[in-house]
Amino acid sequence: MTLLVYTANRVSDGVVVFLAEDDGWLEIPRPSGVIRGADMEMRMKAVAEAAEEAAIVVSPYPIEVTDEGGEIRPVSLRERIRAYGPSIHPEFAKQWPIADKGY
Amino acid sequence: MYQYDELDQRLVDERVEQFRDQVARRLAGEITEDEFKPLRLMNGLYLQLHAYMLRIGIPYGMLSSVQLRKLAQITRKYDRGYGHFTTRQCLQLNWPKLSETPDILAELAEVQMHAIQTSGNSFRNVTADQYAGAATDEIEDSRIWAEIIRQWSTLHPEFSFLPRKFKIAVTGSPHDRAAVRFHDIGIVIHKAPDGEVGFEILVGGGLGRTPMIGQTIRAFLPKKHLLSYLEALLRIYNLMGRRDNKYKARIKILVFELGIEELQTLVEDEWNRNKDGPLALPQAEIDRITRQFSAPPWQTPASAPNQPVGAVHAFENPAFEDWERVNVAEHKQPGYAIVNLSLKALDRVPGDLTAAEMDAVADLADRFSFGEIRASHEQNLVFAHVRQDDLLPLWRSLGVLGLSTPNLNMISDIICCPGLDYCALASARSIPVAQRISMRFQDIKRQHNIGELRLKISGCVNACGHHHAGHIGILGVDRQGEEFYQITLGGNAGENASIGKIIGPAFASADVVDAVEAIVATYLAIREVGETFLEAYRRVGAAPFKQRLYPEPNHAVA
Repeated sequence: MTLLVYTANRVSDGVVVFLAEDDGWLEIPRPSGVIRGADMEMRMKAVAEAAEEAAIVVSPYPIEVTDEGGEIRPVSLRERIRAYGPSIHPEFAKQWPIADKGY
Repeated sequence: MYQYDELDQRLVDERVEQFRDQVARRLAGEITEDEFKPLRLMNGLYLQLHAYMLRIGIPYGMLSSVQLRKLAQITRKYDRGYGHFTTRQCLQLNWPKLSETPDILAELAEVQMHAIQTSGNSFRNVTADQYAGAATDEIEDSRIWAEIIRQWSTLHPEFSFLPRKFKIAVTGSPHDRAAVRFHDIGIVIHKAPDGEVGFEILVGGGLGRTPMIGQTIRAFLPKKHLLSYLEALLRIYNLMGRRDNKYKARIKILVFELGIEELQTLVEDEWNRNKDGPLALPQAEIDRITRQFSAPPWQTPASAPNQPVGAVHAFENPAFEDWERVNVAEHKQPGYAIVNLSLKALDRVPGDLTAAEMDAVADLADRFSFGEIRASHEQNLVFAHVRQDDLLPLWRSLGVLGLSTPNLNMISDIICCPGLDYCALASARSIPVAQRISMRFQDIKRQHNIGELRLKISGCVNACGHHHAGHIGILGVDRQGEEFYQITLGGNAGENASIGKIIGPAFASADVVDAVEAIVATYLAIREVGETFLEAYRRVGAAPFKQRLYPEPNHAVA
């Protein structure tokens, strides 16, 4: 089954954020944001669209991820770079223990 | 250098306040992203992978030390302590907050800088030769004309919504250091046989998906008609350029579809209707702008004795001699030299400069080059007016900063776009590839033995890294989620411009540095005495390189 998480950029500063079910938009993807089932997919889509409407985030969209024991890792290189930060600047990296496993 | 007059300053100040209001409305949710996007783009603000990105224009690449210190201060206060010099003489901040962008623009306005028209479908930053006003082969200072064009094109009401972005570059020297043949309009200053100075106008150059070399649309244009002719050319483009397909909207496509002769006829007809109108440049206005670019107070030759570049302090220090031979150029004023500061040391990101380095460079510019700094389209910096007597202490100071690598125009002096590490359009990373190539060729003696070799890397087909114009060009592509790199050979951005040709199937990321090594080895094996890489390639063609890169069919994955 394909696992999805909603992501976007925050309007106020452009920072990459991920939608978590209970905690809103966070800079790190959480297991609670991983969409499991059609009901959750509809609910998260609605939350994302509402956040865009409220000028909280820009252009939300779902990305494919893997869940390795609670470690949520985007599948595509582009999304991994978005999630972890530029590969050339480890000092700016987010989720460094995960990012260190490679982009 | 040019100083804003009251009108310039008011225009920039008013734009800051206008944008402050637009940002406030966006943050309050009063306007949508679709409504806000064109407004922010008109002020140089993009949204990239990790954050907003602000592109600050540096007209014709020229900065004062005061401006550079302000940029340092801004990167510390609002960003992450560094900036990125681009291939069009701009500076990009990679991490500004939207909410703070109006404050950044207000601080820029304090030092006569802005980000207007560094994005969007309008005129972009007008670029010029980084050696302007100092080059030995210069007919006339290109900055004067770039500034006149800047004033005409800034917020031009007729051309604020062109079919696509529009880039103009000017060179005052026959040796083209500004890549004018790869611009929408390239302007080359010429002197006619009777001594009159005017312009050759080239049109339709560009890189991107459809690389084309600009063609001459007018061989000689008298000075006073520069703006009336450009206006006629832009009017035809604005009316006839395609708006149905953004990939076919640049003027190069119009030139291709109409043919240069038909476009020339249309432009001449339009121009003849208006050339003696209000846009005909009065000599007094040309003189006013010219005075803004007066030469700095050079010392007399007697107090600054002239020596050929390469002869200063010879035999004292081999490392200094290497730097002087490679990074220092002759100056038109006896006793002076032009110094290139390499932003391409082994451990650097090409074009990046930290805030501390900006401050230090500004201090050195005050001490050694009349407080003036130039940014080149090759993503290096230039001190245009350095006394030859000062070369040794300057070199020592640059060495402390890591800005004295003697690699100008060598294989590690790589033009490189931000690529997938930052850019929302990119298909693959480019900076790590540049760093790996620099690492492989880190032996500077080896680089000098290879000689001039312009290597340019883009992370996608939009070609911000000018890969088509590289002697070796590398284009990052996405192959089913994996980074691959297509190599082109034989491109050149100078007066003998050429577009590189694809050598064969793309290479996996792990193989691309080996491929570059193989290309260099092939060149070293076939070159004749004194022959550069480009000359050798043009003599023998692609075959020996292809044979070395692809000894067996299907060696690499397409």
